[in-house]
Amino acid sequence: MLTGDAYWLPVIFIGLMGLAFLLYAILDGYDLGVGILLPNNSEPQRDLMIASIGPFWDANETWLVLGVGLLLIAFPRAHGLILYHLYLPVTLMLAGLILRGVAFDFRAKVPPHNKQLWDRVFKGGSLLATLAQGYMLGLFVVGFESTFASYAFAILSAICVTAGYSFIGAAWLVMKADGELQLRAARWARICLWLTALGIVAVSVVNPLTSANVFAKWFGSLAALGLLVIPVVCFFAVLIVDRYLAQFPFDNDFGCWIPFVGAVVIFILSFLALGYSFYPYVVPGQMDIWQAASASKSLWFILVGALIVLPAIIIYTIFSYRVFWGKTKELTYY
Amino acid sequence: MVDTFLLSRIQFAANISFHILFPTITIALCWFLLFFRIKYNRTGDEVWMRCYRFWVKIFALSFALGVVSGITMSFQFGTNWPGYMETVGNIAGPLLGYEVLTAFFLEATFLGIMLFGINRVSPRVHTIATVLVAIGTSLSAFWILALNSWMQTPTGYEMRDGVAYPLSWWAVIFNPSMPYRVAHMLLASGITAAFLIAGISAYRLLRGDHKPAPQLALKVGLLAAAVLLPMQVLVGDLHGLNTLKHQPAKIAAMEAVWETTAGAPFTVFALPNEIDRINRYALEIPGAASFILTHDWRGEVKGLNEFAGEHPPVAPVFFSFRLMLGMGMLMWLVAWTFGWMMWKKKSLPVWALRVLVLMTFSGWIATLSGWYVTEIGRQPYLVYGVLKTSEAVTSLARENVGFSLAVYLTLYVALLTAYISTLFVMARKSVLVDRPEDLPSLQERHNPLTQNTQE
Ligand code: HDD
Ligand code: HEM
Ligand code: HEM
Repeated sequence: MLTGDAYWLPVIFIGLMGLAFLLYAILDGYDLGVGILLPNNSEPQRDLMIASIGPFWDANETWLVLGVGLLLIAFPRAHGLILYHLYLPVTLMLAGLILRGVAFDFRAKVPPHNKQLWDRVFKGGSLLATLAQGYMLGLFVVGFESTFASYAFAILSAICVTAGYSFIGAAWLVMKADGELQLRAARWARICLWLTALGIVAVSVVNPLTSANVFAKWFGSLAALGLLVIPVVCFFAVLIVDRYLAQFPFDNDFGCWIPFVGAVVIFILSFLALGYSFYPYVVPGQMDIWQAASASKSLWFILVGALIVLPAIIIYTIFSYRVFWGKTKELTYY
Repeated sequence: MVDTFLLSRIQFAANISFHILFPTITIALCWFLLFFRIKYNRTGDEVWMRCYRFWVKIFALSFALGVVSGITMSFQFGTNWPGYMETVGNIAGPLLGYEVLTAFFLEATFLGIMLFGINRVSPRVHTIATVLVAIGTSLSAFWILALNSWMQTPTGYEMRDGVAYPLSWWAVIFNPSMPYRVAHMLLASGITAAFLIAGISAYRLLRGDHKPAPQLALKVGLLAAAVLLPMQVLVGDLHGLNTLKHQPAKIAAMEAVWETTAGAPFTVFALPNEIDRINRYALEIPGAASFILTHDWRGEVKGLNEFAGEHPPVAPVFFSFRLMLGMGMLMWLVAWTFGWMMWKKKSLPVWALRVLVLMTFSGWIATLSGWYVTEIGRQPYLVYGVLKTSEAVTSLARENVGFSLAVYLTLYVALLTAYISTLFVMARKSVLVDRPEDLPSLQERHNPLTQNTQE
């Protein structure tokens, strides 16, 4: 049995890493979602949608770099193992991220007749990156088994994550847009919400049925009953958002933030449920956090820095969101 | 036989070469932007704001390319070089982590304010955002170069069961080659950005742009280049002395010296032949290599034969080094003569402008060849004396790596073409914005400053 910092440093780091990936899913989730939803038939709406994420997407993507960075820093052996199994989807995800990242800038600078092309690249890149992320999550959850059932599950997961990102993206637009686009976003949000809920149910059923370990964790003891809080709160979040969107729009833009907050709650709960199912494994069924951890001296060195720097990052991130608070109008490029 | 190892190396080289193109520009361009911004704050002269506005768009484009290619980089170690992290992860991990924490978030967050926030925040806050982005990009360079330098000249660690453990973080970060590498790279970035600014401005002038902004930018670019180039040559020389001390095999390959000699000649040109271990068609300056490296015409330079089996491939290192030196000298010459002409006559003749347009990307060539000297010169080691490159490679099937390599290469060729042509498109558009009184309407039509048109 490990004691002292050899025991709890890996625990802290899996927490930090989880936080980074959760923030990534929420933050880049909404901007990838906005990309996926770009409509073909209205250039002004596309402009506005992209303007709504313009000042944020770069910082959002940095949470992915931090998440992968923490995996690499804290659990180097798991890092190698995971990326070995995910080589092809990672390649596709990176291709998607590259395409959308540059399309964002090129679209505003190329001659007008090329703009639509870059918008398509933006949409396609967002979709590709999202599908790849969902697929990777699925493969990770089943411990990289290469059976037909695992691949089917990974594909299911790819669709769910795409629905989830589209949902949070649409919810973001309900909050940041007004007029025609806002109405449209509310319709998108409702459809994507249902798909997301369906996906969450499917994963929650399949996961314990296929893994005895996960089953035991959720249904193995009486205390586990307390965990029912998670699905119940999740259910109410879905219900409230659905009722709100069904009645949309309201006077004075009442509660335009409700779908987005609902989405964040749903994301956090799903993430907690997944995390609980697999803790303390970094690679489900194969490697736990203590087997994968790097030297305590290295973890200390980076932990001290992280504790100083993370609050600063959070403060200036909030500052940046405040600067661009309110309805998106336009992006003045200078 | 094309195996996973070779493909992974090609892929790594392609990815890092593509990535470095953009940071090289953004690291220094941001300081140029800060200079424009401060000048405008001080003088209130519109022309400085024009410079800012034009160059911030190029900055944004370059930054976006830097970010997305950087994200690719951060996956590379795990996907293709798992042995690297398993062996030196205790050292490399935290350094990369500090880069993300202290630099990436800073620059990515304030970039939003710098690019789109000018009407939403006060001039002071906007200036501060520009300062923070500039500091962020330079900090990125600092951390990643600290890591790269540690891989070249590792100190402050010990090996236990084949894994490196840190002993002193100070010694790890401030390893012997770090100061030289950071200084040389930051100067390289300054020179690259200076020639980019001069080249694009010259292009605008050639296209008949009579506004004061491109003239001014041209002057700033040339002046910066004229000041930075001699500094770069000096730092480069010191860098070489440092390398001679810590990586003599690399120096021997750079100079293609086979036998240890006192009074080694500097080989201006030759075809190094690694099989017979001699230089063919050599054109030499007697004693010059010894003089440059030891500051003594009779000094001793160790030859490649002392490192049989342990030295890098000679020809790529030798030629890359000459390309960097040649570009450096050429840029110095250009910066000083044109700078002098500009100072005397207030403007440059057409032929000189054409030369500057041709040299727009000369910084890229020098920087890339410099990196090839450094990185190929470190082979066969990944971490000098600690880990061989071949020991770090993944066990993936080569089809997988072949596929990803094909994806990346296709993307890079397409994006590089799009990037370069877009720079010139942007320059041409800004020429059309001719007379100040036409500005609003023309600007709308040809050079929309807004991402979208909806009010
Ligand atoms: C604008 C770019 C540029 C220019 C004009 C020069 N260099 Fe350079 N050089 C670089 C850009 C660069 C670089 C890309 O930044 C490198 C690669 C790694 C590094 O730290 O700096 C480099 C590496 C590098 C090395 C390799 C050291 C090692 O890896 O051990 C040496 C010895 C020099 N340089 C020396 C020079 C000299 C004597 C120059 C005088 C003309 C010169 N460089 C011009
Ligand atoms: C940015 C400028 C850089 C360029 C242009 C560059 C270029 C290259 C090239 C051409 C190689 C291949 C050498 C060979 O196989 O013969 C290489 C190898 C390598 N470099 Fe760099 N490098 C750069 C910076 C870095 C940095 C900052 C790091 C680490 C933090 C790094 C890590 C590596 C590794 C791990 C390899 C081994 C893989 C291989 O041999 O291909 N490089 N680099
Ligand atoms: C193997 C080595 C490298 C890795 C893993 C790496 C990783 C990254 C990543 C992930 C980003 C995106 C940051 C963001 O999300 O904002 C980035 C950007 C950046 N990198 Fe690298 N990088 C490497 C080599 C280098 C080198 C050699 C330099 C310069 C000397 C450099 C300088 C920068 C700078 C200045 C930025 C931000 C500005 C820009 O994107 O243009 N990097 N890098």
